[in-house]
Amino acid sequence: MSALTQSTPAAAQSDAAPEKELRPPSYWPFVVPALIVVLAIIIFPWVFTIWMSLNEWKVGSPTTFVGFSNYLRLTGDPRFIEAVGHTLVYTVLSVVLPLVFGTFAAVVFHQKFAGRGFLRGIFIMPMMATPVAIALVWTMMFHPQLGVLNYLLSLVGIPAQLWVFHPATVIPSLVLVETWQWTPLVMLIVLGGLAAIPTEPYESAQIDGANLWQVFRFITLPLIMPFLFIAGMIRMIDAVKSFDVIFAITQGGPGSASETINLYLYSVAFVYYDLGYGSAIAVVFFLLIVLLAAVMLYARQRMLWTEIASDA
Amino acid sequence: MADHKISRRTLLTGTAAAGALSLTGLPARAEVNWKKYAGTKLEVILAKGPRGDNLQKYVKEFTELTGIQVESEQIPEQQQRQKCVIELTSGRPSFDVVHLSYHVQKRQFEKAGWLADMTSFMKDPTLTAPDLVESDFSAAGLQYCKNDKGQMLSLPWSVDYFILYYNKELFQKKGVAVPKTLDEMVAAAEKLTDAKDGTYGFVGRGLRNANMTLWTNFFLDYGGEFLDAKGNILTDGPEAVAATKLYQTLLTKMAPPGVAGFNWMESMASFTQGKSAMWIDGVGWAPPLEDPAASRVVGKVGYTVVPAGPKGQYSATYGDGLGIAAASKNKEAAYLLCQWAVSKAQGARLLQAGGGVPFRNSILNDAEVQKGVKMPKEWLQSVIDSAKISKLGLPVIIPVAEFRDLVGAAVTATLAGSDPAAELKKAHDQFRPILERSEKA
Repeated sequence: MSALTQSTPAAAQSDAAPEKELRPPSYWPFVVPALIVVLAIIIFPWVFTIWMSLNEWKVGSPTTFVGFSNYLRLTGDPRFIEAVGHTLVYTVLSVVLPLVFGTFAAVVFHQKFAGRGFLRGIFIMPMMATPVAIALVWTMMFHPQLGVLNYLLSLVGIPAQLWVFHPATVIPSLVLVETWQWTPLVMLIVLGGLAAIPTEPYESAQIDGANLWQVFRFITLPLIMPFLFIAGMIRMIDAVKSFDVIFAITQGGPGSASETINLYLYSVAFVYYDLGYGSAIAVVFFLLIVLLAAVMLYARQRMLWTEIASDA
Repeated sequence: MADHKISRRTLLTGTAAAGALSLTGLPARAEVNWKKYAGTKLEVILAKGPRGDNLQKYVKEFTELTGIQVESEQIPEQQQRQKCVIELTSGRPSFDVVHLSYHVQKRQFEKAGWLADMTSFMKDPTLTAPDLVESDFSAAGLQYCKNDKGQMLSLPWSVDYFILYYNKELFQKKGVAVPKTLDEMVAAAEKLTDAKDGTYGFVGRGLRNANMTLWTNFFLDYGGEFLDAKGNILTDGPEAVAATKLYQTLLTKMAPPGVAGFNWMESMASFTQGKSAMWIDGVGWAPPLEDPAASRVVGKVGYTVVPAGPKGQYSATYGDGLGIAAASKNKEAAYLLCQWAVSKAQGARLLQAGGGVPFRNSILNDAEVQKGVKMPKEWLQSVIDSAKISKLGLPVIIPVAEFRDLVGAAVTATLAGSDPAAELKKAHDQFRPILERSEKA
């Protein structure tokens, strides 16, 4: 710190001098507050988490340094391995489904028809609601005996389902909630993309006699691809770290059939008070998110590259 | 929660009874100096529920008696437990008095040394009313509040016995007698189940973790013990397998669909809707069952003890107490509050409203107090009978939550058709190292 403050007047003096390389240091003091904040609330907690993950750190007991043994424990922990699987299934489904439905909704709402603005407004309402409140309402709707969903199914002759109360259907049921809530977000993003597409390609396609599917597949889809990637990225990050809806509806149950990494992490750290092991899970979880994001970015870059190549 | 109001009459009888007790010619002792700590301000952290309500509702009387100001907050149970642990770990908790769940926190709190020792306070006649003596607490209460050195670390507040609730109307319709043994219960449940009609013989907790409280009652009735002399966990032996098979039969063949995700709330909903004929859970649910606004089975509910198993008859017991944070600077004042909260007048109010059962025999067995109980007489009788067959419903270990999660998940998995013995073995292979690690620490 002192070095920085001392360098300030020196830099200011050199301001008059012609050497431009000496100018940048004079801006440093202005960066310091932001730097301190970043260090305090992002870097420090991370370094500290990594440090905790290298210790046996249980609330109420003394801590001991154990090296990588928490990480080794992870590899032999069936609950963790299952949680990774649940997280991946949950994430894939709750990224793909909103993307598909959201794109479809966007194409529909891009057409001009009476009451479009009003219906768009209605359509994006789920997005505005509080996840926990939504979760509680859905819990009631899922109830196998008293819930409205089974009643609706019975009207069309489908037998009652167990929804979130059976290990085999719990994740799809949770994804249903997630899809219902987040399809509107994808729609909004894709609508923005559609608005930016020029009309000429469509006119020429019409002249060439393309059908609706061909128009969508070869004109609309490639042109909104960058927007879909953004939407997919946002959805992926949201879905991986999804906690509130799952916790409020199933708490990871029945058994541990819907326990994702995030829920397991919560249990370990704040119910079992095993902060060391919990930190190790957090670190691995973080790496997983980084990895997924990197894969998506890589895919995006490849896609741009093939696009350019096919253009050439 | 439905109705915790106390009529003026019951209040008067309660107070009169308390007054009468002090006149019963006990040998002259030094008086409790209630006003000694006047002006002190206490902070109390409570788990949300009828106990907390009961304290907050009448705490003004305590302030009038002692001149001690009380600030209290009620937080939902799970969050309250987390908040307490985090604050106590920090060494500077924001509260003086803490409401603790014995069946989850006893060993953790003892090992960490978070609670102040009350032993000397209880022996001090200027601090302790003559009617508050150790022997007045039930055996389960003493087991909970004392550590292995015999120190009193908290005052037992309210006990929760598991009892059998049954729907008299459904029983009559099918001509079924109230079961005395678990075998009879299965037979009765089978007769009472009519899936076409949407009624089922039995309902109970199926949700992982929550289900352990029901399962352990079966386990105890099959002669199970949680720990051996060396502290090894025993919940995967033949008793456990037998208990799990019973649990599996009841909850897959005679319970409503989706029971694997039921906690007490969903179970209660099924029972209050008249969709399930029997329900085993804690005694504290009588008020909502008898509340016309929340229940369709008002006046039709029977209450009795949990049926006997082949190796005994037990009521799985849980409970909560009030302790003083070791870091508190107002330990004596805090002790006065704890004492007042478990006093006869407060305990009577709790029992009479059905919001909890005091650990103190002098309250439970007092005819005057019993007269004021608003719940059906059968309920009170089931409480008194359960007290005689009470046995702790969870092992006294630190990783109770892990135990409940892992073994609970195994038990829930059997509801989807898994083999009980294999599931229990798998769960214990996971749990044993966790228990060993916690004991070593």
